[in-house]
Amino acid sequence: MNFKQKATLALATFALTASNLVAAQTTLLNVSYDVAREFYKDINTAFIANYKKTTGKDIKIDQSHAGSSAQARAVNDGLDADVVTMNTTTDVDFLASTGVVAKDWAKKFPNNAAPTSSTMLFLVRNGNPKGIKDWDDLIKPGVQVVVVNPKTGGNGRLAYLAAWGQVRKKGGSDAQALDYVTKLYKNVPVLAKGGRDATTIFLQRNIGDVLITFESEVVSVDNEFGAGKVDAVHPSSSVVAENPVAVVERTVAKKGTAEQAKAYLNFLYSEEGQEIAAKHAIRPTNQAILKKYSNVFKPISLFRVEDYFGSFSEAQKVHFNDGGQFDKLYTVK
Amino acid sequence: MTAAVSAAGPHSPAAPSVAKRPAKRVLPGFKLTLGFTLFYLSLIVLIPLSALVFKTFTLTWDQFVAAVSSPRVIASYQLTFGASFLAAVVNAVFGLLVAWVLVRYQFPGKKIIDALVDLPFALPTAVAGISLTALLASNGWIGSLLEPYGIQLAFNRNGVVIALIFIGLPFVVRTVQPVLEDAEKELEEAATCLGATRWQTFRFVIFPTIGPALLTGFAMAFARGVGEYGSVIFIAGNMPMLSEITPLIIIGKLEQYDYAGATAVATVMLLASFFMLLVINGLQSWQRKRSGS
Repeated sequence: MNFKQKATLALATFALTASNLVAAQTTLLNVSYDVAREFYKDINTAFIANYKKTTGKDIKIDQSHAGSSAQARAVNDGLDADVVTMNTTTDVDFLASTGVVAKDWAKKFPNNAAPTSSTMLFLVRNGNPKGIKDWDDLIKPGVQVVVVNPKTGGNGRLAYLAAWGQVRKKGGSDAQALDYVTKLYKNVPVLAKGGRDATTIFLQRNIGDVLITFESEVVSVDNEFGAGKVDAVHPSSSVVAENPVAVVERTVAKKGTAEQAKAYLNFLYSEEGQEIAAKHAIRPTNQAILKKYSNVFKPISLFRVEDYFGSFSEAQKVHFNDGGQFDKLYTVK
Repeated sequence: MTAAVSAAGPHSPAAPSVAKRPAKRVLPGFKLTLGFTLFYLSLIVLIPLSALVFKTFTLTWDQFVAAVSSPRVIASYQLTFGASFLAAVVNAVFGLLVAWVLVRYQFPGKKIIDALVDLPFALPTAVAGISLTALLASNGWIGSLLEPYGIQLAFNRNGVVIALIFIGLPFVVRTVQPVLEDAEKELEEAATCLGATRWQTFRFVIFPTIGPALLTGFAMAFARGVGEYGSVIFIAGNMPMLSEITPLIIIGKLEQYDYAGATAVATVMLLASFFMLLVINGLQSWQRKRSGS
């Protein structure tokens, strides 16, 4: 599998360099995470029009989507991305640690270089037959919860951190949080590989009563499976999942696209960009627009990973790396 | 098919008599061919594999042991090798049946069925996994029929075995088929004339002929199962300690940017598979000697 991926990567890189030579106008490659495909499609159309209007020049944006950390690895191994737009800061931190993006990438753009954010919600079957309202309902006997495997998806890591953090936010101790999480994962019948896999298991395979996933998945589910199949349940509190962005210094230095890459990422902060995010149920940082879409972004008490876990990389070390807290849930009986 | 040919090649009895006169070979260009073979194999197989091993060497011995022997990883070895073995056994039995029918009988649509056997080769494995899951999940066509009896095939270990049976089938059929085609029917007829029962004919006449090919098919189906990721991942449920295959552990380690840990586990799998193939090769040559062909 390893080599298969590397081979695909090599081929993809080759194809991209080839297409770069052919295209006279500037082309940017945005390497992003899986479920952001539709969002960036709209962003790219809007940005291309905007760029033509402000500079009079044509620009082309290619997009590449897969699991967030798989994408980070691809960029690290040589995929010539101009910008990366991820869903967990660890992925960009990894690229910073290998010198592919700037060390101080989080300071290069406003709001910790996160133009948008999301949070973890519950999806339940239409009419909410199990009466799920809050986190405590998930650990009741007989409730089946579908989540992503934290080992293979950022979606799963955030669900885990949300479950742990909400206990802390209520004033609970780490021991109580561990107890809650242990009970929660006892109710998990299937650990999905990634966000989309989880949605498929929940909706097409009809497994589980609750799906913990990104707020933005609600819109995708309504689009894919028809509105009204699922209800979104907003728990009393949840975690902020920032979507960090960064310019890939290695590529832009080589291609001379630093300015365009910067303009592209800045566009995400513009009113137009923020509106598009809101339409995809991705939380804009612009408070006015957030308010405008308050029917989508129901008020929910949010906490940051930094509040209870130190930092994302700290949480990764303590909870998700081999031998960490998540492994213990399954190995210690 | 190629495997059956190469399996017969190096042991062919004609080889020593040719080798007696090294000065002149019947076929020209041997040196060039050997050079090409070594170069090509290095480029495609040896260099990537040694990269894997070199990456593993960045770990100290203790780190290596820790990476490849944690309880979750051990549980995944048991599942991966156990399920691959089981699937390969099932394929050996039923693949032989399929090959038998395809070689010995004429029936309408035979060409189509013959082509169907290759589908698991051609299909992206993820597609296979997703379609199998759709069929076997509790709301799928087959799964919904079995559910009332409490039989669950998807999202547990059963799912892993089923996915591996699916992708392993062509290996057995395609290695046994050509050998069966070459097998002389006259021998079986003679056995029958001499009063052998059907079972005796199979046991003493047919099986010795196809045995080595069957073992090769078994070994390839087994090795393929050990490395399989795409088709299994959607149907396994992926619960740690229970239904987590070793390739998933490797992917999990990569997601943690633990390249060295991932290659360490991969190296263990590689060595184990290599060892298995070696044993099976040994078995094969032993059987060939015994059957005297």
